[in-house]
Amino acid sequence: MAIVERPATPALQLPPGAAVAERPLGVFTRPTATTGWRSWLTTVDHKRIGIMYGAAALFFFFMGGVEALMIRVQLTAPDSKLYSADLYNQIFTMHGVTMIFLVVMPMGAAFMNYLMPLQIGARDVAFPRLNAFSFWTFLFGGIFLNTSWFLGGGANGGWFAYAPNTSVTFSPGHGMDFYALGLQITGIASLVGAINLIVTVLNMRAPGMTLMKMPVFTWMAFVTQLLLVFAIPVISVALVLLTLDRTFDANFFNTAAGADALLWEHLFWIFGHPEVYILILPAFGVVSEIIPVFSRKPIFGYPFMVFSGIAIGFMGWGVWAHHMFASGMGPISVAAFSMSTMFIAVPTGVKILNWLATMWGGRITFSTPMLFAIGLVTMFTIGGLSGVTHAVAPADTQQTDTYYIVAHFHYVIFGGALFAFLGGFYFWWPKVFGWILNDKVGKWQFWLTLIGFNLTFGPMHILGLQGMPRRQHSYKEGYGFELWNHVATVGAFIIALAFLVFAYNIIASWRAHKANPVNPGPDPWDSRSLEWMLPSPTPAHNFDEVPTVSHLDEFWHRKYAEDETGKVVRVATSEEAAQKGDATNVHLPSPSYWPLVLAAALPLIGYGLIFSPAFAVVGGITVLLAAYGWGLEPADDPEAHHAHAAHDEHDEHGDGDDGPGDDDGDDSPEPKDDDDGEVVAASVKESSDDE
Amino acid sequence: MSDHILTLGGVQEEQPAHDAHATSTGISNEKLAMWVFLGSDCLLFGALISTYLLLRHRSTTGPEHLRVPKDVFDIPFTSVSSFVLLMSSLTMALAVGAIHRGDIRRCRAFLATTALLGATFIGGQVYEFTAFKREGLGFTTNLFGSAFYTLTGFHGAHVSIGIMFLLSLFVMSLRGNLGPDKAETVEIFGLYWHFVDIVWILIFTIVYLIP
Amino acid sequence: MSTDLQTHLGSPFEPHHETHEHAHPSDKLYIVTALILAVITAAEVATYFIEGFGDLNTGAQIAILFPMMIAKFVVVCGWFMHLKYDNPIFRRIFVFGLVLAVCVYMVALTSLHLFGDAA
Repeated sequence: MAIVERPATPALQLPPGAAVAERPLGVFTRPTATTGWRSWLTTVDHKRIGIMYGAAALFFFFMGGVEALMIRVQLTAPDSKLYSADLYNQIFTMHGVTMIFLVVMPMGAAFMNYLMPLQIGARDVAFPRLNAFSFWTFLFGGIFLNTSWFLGGGANGGWFAYAPNTSVTFSPGHGMDFYALGLQITGIASLVGAINLIVTVLNMRAPGMTLMKMPVFTWMAFVTQLLLVFAIPVISVALVLLTLDRTFDANFFNTAAGADALLWEHLFWIFGHPEVYILILPAFGVVSEIIPVFSRKPIFGYPFMVFSGIAIGFMGWGVWAHHMFASGMGPISVAAFSMSTMFIAVPTGVKILNWLATMWGGRITFSTPMLFAIGLVTMFTIGGLSGVTHAVAPADTQQTDTYYIVAHFHYVIFGGALFAFLGGFYFWWPKVFGWILNDKVGKWQFWLTLIGFNLTFGPMHILGLQGMPRRQHSYKEGYGFELWNHVATVGAFIIALAFLVFAYNIIASWRAHKANPVNPGPDPWDSRSLEWMLPSPTPAHNFDEVPTVSHLDEFWHRKYAEDETGKVVRVATSEEAAQKGDATNVHLPSPSYWPLVLAAALPLIGYGLIFSPAFAVVGGITVLLAAYGWGLEPADDPEAHHAHAAHDEHDEHGDGDDGPGDDDGDDSPEPKDDDDGEVVAASVKESSDDE
Repeated sequence: MSDHILTLGGVQEEQPAHDAHATSTGISNEKLAMWVFLGSDCLLFGALISTYLLLRHRSTTGPEHLRVPKDVFDIPFTSVSSFVLLMSSLTMALAVGAIHRGDIRRCRAFLATTALLGATFIGGQVYEFTAFKREGLGFTTNLFGSAFYTLTGFHGAHVSIGIMFLLSLFVMSLRGNLGPDKAETVEIFGLYWHFVDIVWILIFTIVYLIP
Repeated sequence: MSTDLQTHLGSPFEPHHETHEHAHPSDKLYIVTALILAVITAAEVATYFIEGFGDLNTGAQIAILFPMMIAKFVVVCGWFMHLKYDNPIFRRIFVFGLVLAVCVYMVALTSLHLFGDAA
């Protein structure tokens, strides 16, 4: 076996009784593929996982978008009989659940997973297999949730699923069971991912990268993970209680048995309010990266950006019952939460002002990413202002459950988070894929999105104040709701058109690239953070050598310096300052099947709890086996050849040797692999050359 | 140095014990992850305990004589259970101490004892629950029953998972796979076990002693 | 600005041995700790047997039992889990979760009118 033949340095002498790598349960050999579809199934590379999150999010966005159009079509005219009330309930519930849990959260996860390790100068996250597990669990949970459409009907109790309304008595059928179990599964994904990224940020920063030198995006991602890690357990309990009621006849939400009708609301919103900051903080981070680059100025007030993000993270825990002003919880609760809600506008206001101050006096380029970023600044401000009006509890009593609220949250989630992520797609696309999305088409997409979005949701402020209620499958004639509903529907289809333009842009730009491959280089935008220091697309091994960081915006400072007169001058081109990406034999975490297997077992348990216990038993056993398989499998395959790169810090003698596992001291480069220039650095043995 | 960042501490043959140099903070990834997880578990048990506190006196269904905790609990019995779990924390700590000193046999003995004490605790819970059920307090009987069994059930599930892990460590040590390089794994599991004990410290007082 | 954070979080990649200057606790320490816990537990259980304790109002019962519960909590965390001697990060994260849970749930229970009515 390979291990015995490795010349062990003293530090590597195995103490007696130490673990010897074993085939996991003798069942599966370790996967070794680095290309092809199988390599995606077993990948533990944070970049691939990020790409998969993004693709899944866009897929679910399509579903949620169709659901939205269905709503709009129904509501164009009064007394519409397109769908029954129950079907309408399913459509708007699934629209909300999909957009929040299966689109915006994973889209944020896509950016956070891809960028965060790069921005801190790491090679991957702290627990790569756990990262893969998070993705697959999310994906299977989302698919599980959507199979409800074919298995009895979608969830129909609203995305907030207020119990007792969602108990079996009032929500018969399986829809809400799919809701509870599906979100429980995706919750596991988020929780585990949060632990992973928190440890990564704290523990895996490059030398010199203190916390206050991290990019704002990484900071916002970090706060998001902290919010997730503490908020998910709360909704997990709520969902467990609901499942126990629905499936096992417990009494938690049985008011006839004495239950408190507000218990669910409290538990849900204790999660639900931090959840909205989970949705928006990564987007704030994205915008904080884009605006400085396209204003050619550093972010204004970096410490304030960081601390306002932290403040949002803290204060977000103190406002949840503003979702319950009309619930009858009593005047003291209402007053207290009204006050706390007014305060929370402040840190966000700080951010808005800082973004504006960053742009002020800068040399602005209005490329597509910048347009979307400015879109967030303006649209989120509008949404934030309506939010401030909700904080005034008496006013909210009028607004709640009307389209005014629908307007508010679409302005902040769509106009905020989604706009930022669209900008982020355009901004980081060249880094991720090695080709650029067409900017002209992008601008078309932006304007169509902006116009469509405002036409759809702007009038909803008016509709709401005129009294049009939410969550009603139709409205009657004679209330005057017709005009703005017409306008909103037109707007919704313009949004749809805008996303068709997006799809077109992706395909057309890819085709153009195939016809005439021109690599955009490491740094097409003249950016500031470490991910731009690497070739495009990012090499599998990330950094050739881990950079030593001495500044915020470290990459910028490698390209620019101040001369004697204090003027900023360019001292290196992007290509000079960037790494070449040609390090070979860099050790990478090994791929694994187990995350996929374990993730697949969870929906089985879900089906078991809904339909037949047999599934649950099979699922449970699979969970056990997969957990043991995973636990017994070494984090990295010791049979993977992994001599160190020449410049690795571990190399004491400068001869490419000394790393653990350096079995022949040979630093000969592995051949570059793919035809589109992708450097394959995971040097996995294909032929056993040391048996 | 870079691959050390990626390997799980204490599980890799290349990684000597306590190689925490590779991280920005100097502490191991796994240990930090466990503490983060335990922080999040506070929110989980907090929700369950709060739900119990809210609902325990509000039952309107079920037999009249089984509506409130006072009617049902057997404090002396539960006190013994609590003491057993507390002592299992001691044996867990002794197991960690033993493996840090390289005394694998002792560690194995203490791991087994911890598992045994944990199993005794679970046995006590099972006995207690079947006794309640025989008296007529089931999971679905009333609010109090639902809330009580859910809270203690979650805790019991945490203990049971812990016992499974203890047995796995025990078997590993029998096969010679639990060396001093795995000291941190045992220590990190110990954190989980002590946390489960802490939750019981809270439950015992809040649920049983202050009915 | 980064120095405060650096002090506790460590400059990245400095040869920074884990804050294990406090040597691993001896078995004796663990046993003494367990004895203390046993004594406190005995005191808690004793309240059950004291005449009239059950008739005290809930506030009084809490005032007597909670300090004991908290003491046990702190002892297990600080010594068995070694939180007192380990890197402050662990303490911060765990205490944050704990304090957050207590605050959030106390507010929720207050809003749900758990307190105030005689329990």
